[in-house]
Formats: sequence, structure tokens, C-alpha cells
Amino acid sequence: MKKTKQLFAGLILMALGLGTAQAEYTLNLMKGATKVSHDIYDLHMLILWICVFIGIGVFGTMFYSIYHHRKSRGHKAAQFHENTTVEIIWTIIPTLILIGMAIPATKAMMELDDVQESEMSIKVTGHQWKWEYEYLDNGIHFFSSLDEASNKARQVGSGIDPFTVENYLLEVDKPLVIPTKKKIRFVFTAKDVIHSWWVPDLGWKKDANPGFINESWTSVDVPGTYRGQCTELCGKDHGFMPIVVIAMNEPEYNAWVEKQKSAVAAEAGSASKQWAKEELIAKGKSVYETNCSSCHMADGAGLAGTFPAIKASKVVTGDINAQVKLMLDGKGMMPAFGKMLSPVDFAAVVTFTRNGLGNAVGDSIQPSAVQALQSATPGAGKNE
Amino acid sequence: MKEGVKQKNAKLVRILVFVVLGMFGFGYALVPLYDVLCEVTGLNGKVESAAVKEVSYEVDKNREITVEFMTALNEATPMVFRSEIKKIKVHPGEYYTVNFYAENKTDKVMVARAIPSISPGAAAEYFKKTECFCFSEQTFKAREGRTMPVRFVVNPEISKEYKTITLAYTFFDNTETSVK
Amino acid sequence: MSAVVAEHDDHHDHGPAKGLLRWVITTNHKDIGTLYLLFALAMFFVGGSMAMVIRAELFEPGMQFVNPQFFNSMTTMHALVMVFGAVMPAFVGLANWMIPMMIGSPDMALPRMNNMSFWLLVAGVLLLASTLFMEGGAPASGWTLYPPLVLQTGKALPFAIFSVHLLGISSILGGINIIATIFNMRAPGMTLMKMPMFVWTWLITAFLLIAIMPVFAGAVTMLLTDKFFHTSFFDAAGGGDPVLYQHIFWFFGHPEVYVMILPTFGVASTIIPVFARKPLFGYSSMVYATAAIAFLSFIVWAHHMFTVGMPIAGELYFMYATMLIAIPTGVKIFNWTATMWKGSMTFETPMLFSIAFVVLFTMGGFTGLMMAVAPADFQYHDTYFIVAHFHYTLVPASVFILMAAGYFWLPKWTGHMYDERIGQLHFWLSVVSVNILFFPQHFLGLAGMPRRIPDYAVQFADWNMISSIGGFIFGASQLLFLYIVINTIKGGTGEKVTGEVWEDAAKHSLEWTLPSPPPYHSFTTPPTVIPTEHM
Repeated sequence: MKKTKQLFAGLILMALGLGTAQAEYTLNLMKGATKVSHDIYDLHMLILWICVFIGIGVFGTMFYSIYHHRKSRGHKAAQFHENTTVEIIWTIIPTLILIGMAIPATKAMMELDDVQESEMSIKVTGHQWKWEYEYLDNGIHFFSSLDEASNKARQVGSGIDPFTVENYLLEVDKPLVIPTKKKIRFVFTAKDVIHSWWVPDLGWKKDANPGFINESWTSVDVPGTYRGQCTELCGKDHGFMPIVVIAMNEPEYNAWVEKQKSAVAAEAGSASKQWAKEELIAKGKSVYETNCSSCHMADGAGLAGTFPAIKASKVVTGDINAQVKLMLDGKGMMPAFGKMLSPVDFAAVVTFTRNGLGNAVGDSIQPSAVQALQSATPGAGKNE
Repeated sequence: MKEGVKQKNAKLVRILVFVVLGMFGFGYALVPLYDVLCEVTGLNGKVESAAVKEVSYEVDKNREITVEFMTALNEATPMVFRSEIKKIKVHPGEYYTVNFYAENKTDKVMVARAIPSISPGAAAEYFKKTECFCFSEQTFKAREGRTMPVRFVVNPEISKEYKTITLAYTFFDNTETSVK
Repeated sequence: MSAVVAEHDDHHDHGPAKGLLRWVITTNHKDIGTLYLLFALAMFFVGGSMAMVIRAELFEPGMQFVNPQFFNSMTTMHALVMVFGAVMPAFVGLANWMIPMMIGSPDMALPRMNNMSFWLLVAGVLLLASTLFMEGGAPASGWTLYPPLVLQTGKALPFAIFSVHLLGISSILGGINIIATIFNMRAPGMTLMKMPMFVWTWLITAFLLIAIMPVFAGAVTMLLTDKFFHTSFFDAAGGGDPVLYQHIFWFFGHPEVYVMILPTFGVASTIIPVFARKPLFGYSSMVYATAAIAFLSFIVWAHHMFTVGMPIAGELYFMYATMLIAIPTGVKIFNWTATMWKGSMTFETPMLFSIAFVVLFTMGGFTGLMMAVAPADFQYHDTYFIVAHFHYTLVPASVFILMAAGYFWLPKWTGHMYDERIGQLHFWLSVVSVNILFFPQHFLGLAGMPRRIPDYAVQFADWNMISSIGGFIFGASQLLFLYIVINTIKGGTGEKVTGEVWEDAAKHSLEWTLPSPPPYHSFTTPPTVIPTEHM
């Protein structure tokens, strides 16, 4: 018993030593990049030390007793079994310690809760299994899902070594970009089930509940890339919807905003161009892998009973316009992709599903035709 | 076993079965209790689902509160839904009307319900609506789109600490459950 | 004492029925206790194999063996099987065996209901297990069954819910029976404040059970009607709220975790004095602390939901209330330490497991205290830190104490002595491997690894691998326990054990005044001397 204890103490001290010395990533809570996260870190260390201190006292007494008060050393058992004074003392002292802990904890809680007077707002919507970000102040809007490299590597039996993938499972196709030193308010909601948005460096997580909104805030001091994950079990691909936040200084952030706006315009331009079928199929493959393969599987076989197969599907091998319409509007658990994909990506993935994954319908659709169908369905594809 | 013990057992079992049934009922009683609690504390930003009478407040011209509007659609709700303005600065006590636009994108009649949510939750009880499409289910004809007003006031008694209030609506397609 | 009992042993119709049917129709508290214990042991291995699947998948990054959906089913089923199939039934089994013997009664108060409650448990667990083979797979939304996610379960949903109903009814019947036994069947002179701690903790646990299982049954019934009958308890579309489910669930769920830990406290308070050769320190404060913990468990539930979006007043209230639990829990730990203090200790396997329990449960308590602090919980919540926390309070606490109870009472139950050397080997393997298994999970959680994920970023690889290795050793070590149980039933070391088994045990509790194995009906005439050493 004693040996294990020593091993334990060693491990704890190792955690603490490294933790306090250099905020070692893999052992202790990270200090993070905001004032709130620093306060929480300090609170965490305070309670940890209190626990270690109490632990040394209690376990020390116990092991002293185990060593000295054993029958094999000839110790005779005392027969006391009550001592009111002692019992009162060990009720009152913990109470005082708890009060001492509650004071900084209350302060940190109040700070965490104060979302007022923010300088910008971002709406975060959880989807199975991606995040949607909408900048309420400038209208920038996009989806953020697991990047392609990680997504390929994480398939069962992919044969790809995760160690060769940069930021495996912690990389997204489009990160959330925020300015530093600004109080940013996040508003959370969800489309389908409950999700939870957590970036450890910001110091908190918040649940995204369907039908309701939650708020939280941050103000990042240092520019950098901060990574996190969904932390509320949200179904099959709960482990595969990471969060990447890039904090930039104000000028770089403004440049990024401008770039986003011009990208939207460029996207509109490429939609009017004529695309070759091969181009569409090639592009469609990667669109499929990012957006479709988590349910319909990488090989299009689907998941019996839950997600229909693409291969030899009646929809995919039937009328192309009907397929486009279904994908624009969504059906059941299938989201309305009209809102998530650009016309080019949309046309590409439709063409890919009809000419890949074991299907060979042979036809294709142009982005402009998708747009036409979208406008025939008024409003589809626009982000309201 | 003595007869006395048998009777005592039977009596005790009866009491305990009552406790069990009571606790089962209590589980269900938590549902309305929770709603009451939500309205009192603003938990979850749940708000009253019925219109309040329009009463006039003393308008506090010195204070400005930003009210933000957010719209969302639940999964498989094929609609377009947006607010005409994203945010508005209001004086507590003054009435405002903001239009929302919703459109049915299907070829069938759709019954949809908009669920409101206000954040911060504690501000919810000061946010009064005299007119809202969220008070009842809305029926849309095939491909029908329409503009719907929300008329509201922020009660001037609201604590000074609130500078921004977010009002969110999420539309849920209830066609299947309502047709029944 | 035992002579008096033997005299009445030939009472008519008091022998067991012959053959296998004996086990089906039995109303005898010892037979039913045995059934419960063996069933729990079997389920411990079933739930354990699921844990092995989980740890194998998490052994290294990348998806090697199972798809994510099945992984989620495994975490869900592992929890449900361990909670409702292994730990709870094991304690009910102990209660069945020990309570009548400890309070000087011939049997449980309601023997036929006792039989029914066992077979309902079997039916419930089998129904639950059958969902693994249904279209869409077993429930995969975590044991908490949160909507709306749980409503996406395939064909299994109604079956899983019905199985929860059966398990609930079984527990309620068990609880009623225990309360009736303790209230009405005590031997003359066995006043409430003379009862052994195990009986006390079970009395309080039984009240918890009958208070919370119906609430849980209600919650899952609401899920059922939401899914199939268009009610909207948890569906925002109809004016409901998914967060309401979490409130109801944790109103059940928090006391539920104490259902698993209070009897653990009881067994520890029974074993430690015997091997310290000293009365339990602070008996009455132990009783009050247990009651206080049980009471507090009803008013702290939302500390499981700090990040769900509560108003600040709620966050603060639940933080303060939760921190209060540390006080009575601390009292218990100090009392156990004081019981050992100046004792004359020996370290047989039951004592070793009990000491490990006190130490490792305290560690789980520390992390619990850390998570009670709401702002810090915004970091810890739903990470491996909480996984480490509740496994510390369940595995090296509840499960270790169940092992300790097994070693402590097997000689009493069977009349045979277990092999002490294999017992000690089992202990050392378990205590070392359980820490290799769960201690690194603290690091993983703090470093940012969420729970319930089938695959992880590569910086979590090292500790996950260590944790998995610990898991495999721990899993394999438990086969030793299985061997010991079978071996002891078959005759053990061959050493004839006395009624008392352990030195001076009869001073502590009544069961040691009976011969080993005890007669089919424990005390057909009430005992005349009540051990009052702890008074």
C-alpha cells in the first residue's frame, strides 16, 4: 500500500511541478489565453493544493497508523470510539476551508457570467456534425467541419497513421477568426441535438441547445490558434467536430473580413462558368468526403437502418433534378445542403455521386443549373 | 412469522407504495414546476408564451438597450426565416415593432411553431411582447411567404446592467404532429 | 448461541427445494442473495468486456476496431450494465445475505417479493442486452439518455426504456423489502442505534431508491411518449425543453450515484473495525453523516449541468450546496482513519481492499470537490477528468468494497476459507492496475480530451495507451477473483472455518455468532445478546 502511495505522490508532484513550471500541455490544466482562463487556472491550482495538503494530512496519519499500530508489531488495540471535541474540530475546519474556496470561486463565476458590453457578436450553431458560425455584425457566415486529411485518416481501417496527419482531429476546413483584445459575445444554439462548444484556452465550454440560446464571452489577449472540440455527446461523429479559433490583431482581422467578402463575390463568378464533367467529379469527391461520408460512408454504402446507401440509390440514379431538390431542402436527418454548399460544390457533389461510388448514370449538372433550381425554390440556398 | 409482523409489513408496504406512486407523480409535477421556475428566473431564456396587454410605461430616454434578433430553423424545417433588421437600439418603456419574414419552401401546407428564447435569461421577464407570431402555431400555404410583426417593450424596471438583449426564434416544422 | 439455532433448524418446510428449481422458486434470503451476487459477478464481466472494447479502441489514435456508433453503444451499455446490472444488484445481494443475519431475523420480511425482484432484474438486463442486436444498434446516447439525441436511437429505444422500467421496479421492490425487514424484523433489543453500519447505510439507501427510481421511470416514460405519442415534454417544438430532461434525470441521477456509494460506506465501516480490533470510531456521527449525504444528494443535482446555461444564482447555489457534501464525507473518512488509529491491525485481503477504498475514494472525493467549483467545472465538465473522478468513486471504491465484502463473508457463506495468497495477489494486481488505468485520465481531461469520443488527437496518445494497458491488466486480474470464488465454494483451502472466521468478529456483529455456513434460516429464535461494542 505504501509503495503505491509513494508512486501516487510522485505522480501528483510531477503533475504539479510541470504544471506550475511550464504549463506542460499533457499533464495540467492549461492556463489559456484570456483573463477568465487565467483566473480559472489559478482557482484550479488553489483547490488542487488544498486537496494535496489535506491528502497528505489524512493519508499521512493513516499510514503512520498502518505502520505503527499493527498486530505484527505487537500493538495492543485501544478501545476508544468517540471523542466529541475531535469530531467538532474536523467538521469546523473543513467548513472554513470550503468558505475560503467559495469566495474566489464566486468572483470567477460572476466574471464568467458577465456577457454585457461586448463589442461584437458571433452566433454559433451546432449541427450533426459540424459548426456553423455567423458574424452578426458583418454578415460573414460559414460552416466549419473536420478537415479532409483528418477525416480520411479517421475512417475505420483507413491505414493512415494519425501521427502523420498534422493536428489530427483538431483541424477544420474553415476556422473561426476573431480579433484580439475585443470583448466578443458568442450566442449558442443547435439545429438538431445538444452540442457543447469548448476551446480550453478560452477557459469555458457552453452547451448549444436546440430551440434555445445561450451566451458566453471571451477576450483573447494573444494572437494565436486555439483548438477545441465538441464536448456534449451528439451522436456518431461527436468526436469529429473540432473547433479552431484563430485570434488575429485588429488590422489582420480586418483584412480577413475583406477577403471573406470578396471570396463570396468570386464564388458567385465561378458559379456562372461552364464546368467540365471530370472537373466536377474531381471536385465533388472532396466535397463528398467532407460533407457526406460521415453518414453515407466513404464508399457510399451507408449504414443499414440509419443512413441510406448512395450506391444504387433510387434517388441518385433517378431524375437529377429530383436529387438536387432533395439535397437543397433536406429530409429527416439529412440537412438542407442548399444552405451549406456553394452552387459549385453542390453541382460537383451531385455529379460525383451519380458517376462515382459505384454509380454510373453518366449525366452531370452545372452550378448555374443548381442556382436556377434554387431560385425556382424561392429562398433556398440563401442564408437568412 | 407472527401475525403481528405480517400486519406491520403489509401496512408499511402500503405506505411505501404510496411514496413510490407519489414520487412517480412528482417526476411529472416537475414539468409544470420547471416552467414556473423558468418564468420566474428566466432560466433558459424561456418567456411567457402569451401576449401581454399594452400598458404605457414611462419612457426612459436616457437609457439605450441594444436588442438583437436571431432566427434559426430546426432540422428538416424547409423554410426561409429572417428578421428585417438585425438589431435595434431601444429606450426602455417605448414600444417598437420589428418585422420577421418566413416562407414555406415546400409544396404542401406547413404548420410551424416559432420558439422564442431570450438571453440573458434574467432579462426575459422585462421583455414584454404584445404581438408575436410565436404565440401560436403558424400555418403556411404551399410556398407562402409572409411578413409577421413582433411588437415589444422593455420594461424600464430592468436592471441597469443589461445593455444587450438577444431575442432568438427557432422555427420547428410541426406539420406532422398538428395534422393529427 | 449457535446451539440454540441448530435446535430449531429442523423446523418443517425449512429446507431448500431440490434441484435447479430451488433457484427459480426460492424465497430464502440466502439463496436470493447468492443469485444476486452471482448475477452481479456475471454482469461485472459483461460490462467489463465492454470496457475492454472501449480501451482497445482508445489504445492508440485512429479507428482500429469498431465504428463510432458502436463505440457510443459500448460506452452507454457499459455504464448501464455496470450501474444497473453489476454494482446495484451486488449490494442488493449483500443486503439479502447480511441484513437478516445482522439484525437477528430468520429471513427478509417479504420473501416472495424478494424472488420477484430478482427475476425482474434478470428480465430487465436481458432485455437491455437484446438491444445490442436490434436494427440501429443499442442505445448510443450515453447512460444519461439525453434527448433529443436519444430519440435518434433505432428500434432499440422502446425496449431500452422498458428495460429501465423493469430494472426500476426491481430496485423499488428490493428497497421496500429492505425497509420492511429493517423496521419490522429486528430482534428484540436491536434498537435502531445498535444496528451495524451496513444495515444503517442500506436503510438510507433503500429510501433513496424508492424516492428516485419512480422519478427516473417517469422521465424515460416521457421520452417514450415524446417519441411515439406526440407529447412535447422535451421537444422545444411543442413548448417543451430538452434541458428539463437533464434536470429530472439528475434529480434521479445524483442520489443514484449515492445508492452505489452509501452501502460501500457501510461495508467499509463493518470491515475496518474487525481488522483494527477496535470499535468503529464515531458510530452516531457516521449515521448522521450518511443521512446528511443522502439529504444533500437531493438538492445538488444541477452541478452536473453547470454549462447548460443556468442563471448565475443557480450556478452559485448548486456550487455552494455541492461543496457542503465534502463536510459529512470528510467526517466519514476521518472516522475510518480514527478507527485504525491505535488499533491492532492485520492486513488480510478484505482489510487491504478496504484501506485501498478509503485512500482511493478520498482521491475521487478530491476531484469531486474540484468539480463542485462551478467556474473550474467550465473546464473540467465532460472531459476525461470527470471520467477519472467517477471511476475513482466507483471502481476502487464501490467495486473494491464489493471485493472486500466477498473475501470478508465468503468464509461465512460457504464455510470454506479462500486462498489468502491468491487473494493478496488479486489485491495488489488490482490496486496497481486500477491506478494505471484511471490516474492518467486526470491528465487527459485537464489537457483537453473530451469524454465519449472514439478517437483522439495524437497528443493524448501516451496517456491513453498507459490507461489501456492498466485497463487490460485490471480486467485480467479480475479473473483471479472469479477463480477464488469458484474455488472457495468448492472447498477453498480445505481449512475448517469457525463461526467467527475472523478474530473476535462476533463482538462487532451478529452474523458471526452463527455457524459457518449459517443455517438455511438465520435466526429462527431471536438472539439474546446484541453486540453493542460500537455504542
